[in-house]
Amino acid sequence: MIMAKAKPIEEIINTITDFDKILLAGCNGCVAVCEAGGLKEVQTLASALRIYFSQKGKRPVIDEISLTRQCDKEYLEELKDKMDSYDAVVSLACGAGVQFLAEMFSEKPIFPAVDTCFIGVTQEQGVWSERCQACGQCVLASTGGICPITRCSKRMLNGPCGGSENGKCEISILVNRDVACGWHLIFERLKKLGELERFKEPAEDKDWTVSRDGGPREIIREDVRP
Amino acid sequence: MNYPPNVRIVIVPCTGRVAAVHLLKTLEMGADGVFVAGCLEGDCHYQSGNLRAKKRVAYVQQILRSIGVDPERVHMYNLSAGMGPRFAEIVREMTDRVRQLGPMHAAAGVKAEASKH
Repeated sequence: MIMAKAKPIEEIINTITDFDKILLAGCNGCVAVCEAGGLKEVQTLASALRIYFSQKGKRPVIDEISLTRQCDKEYLEELKDKMDSYDAVVSLACGAGVQFLAEMFSEKPIFPAVDTCFIGVTQEQGVWSERCQACGQCVLASTGGICPITRCSKRMLNGPCGGSENGKCEISILVNRDVACGWHLIFERLKKLGELERFKEPAEDKDWTVSRDGGPREIIREDVRP
Repeated sequence: MNYPPNVRIVIVPCTGRVAAVHLLKTLEMGADGVFVAGCLEGDCHYQSGNLRAKKRVAYVQQILRSIGVDPERVHMYNLSAGMGPRFAEIVREMTDRVRQLGPMHAAAGVKAEASKH
């Protein structure tokens, strides 16, 4: 799912400091799971903001809500009757949710409260890590279920490169943490599966126009459209 | 056992139940300080409730720092149910600390009950 992390409170304060009626809108989808933007985080942020403004001698209205999702219109519509009461909305959803909210309520200033980071997994409680870059053409079938686009720092389709050492990527020094070499992982996994033949033939060229190189993407399914 | 009367005790089954929002809400609603009194480390009946509370207290202190509030207003203490005199001592210590920091909401003119001392 989509992983995000809370923005520094100072940054959020700067965006809303001139408003008197503010709605904090959480999202109970992905960002709630990674504990960045669900109801609990809305309540915590709202309380911290109220304390901050009260210290400054200001008493803005800061209301709290958390929608089932912010990436679907039917849930955003729940805000329709409430929107007139607010000067601005702070959304704790991912970038998609913030934008959809801004599209739906185009006359209202909408501000993000989280930094959307990646599509990933809950490695363990409190640890989330990236697994997919939504490249639009999945290659996992030929790479032992390990994504070279995500797990290889260079997104190589035919690795490993010369920077792989003892199973670690050369960027480990740069980012100051151990980063596994994606292609080392792929090799080990394919060896276990008895599929090392894969390395005899290089992968075919990848169509990057279905990834970000093709601009903002869209999926249209006529069979499920109303 | 005597301790300052301006402390309001909220009983929870385990300090692991205490979330960041509870501590912040306490300050928001008018208290000038709040402390979490957990069991001694290693003695949690639920294994790690007090250790989780400790991390949450540290997290709230970080939030307070970022909004310009002295993080010392929130504190974690560990003591057993049999340490009554120590509890009284902690309450006095916390009360003194908070008194030195002054009322939380003076700027906003909020007359909080806890700020009377």
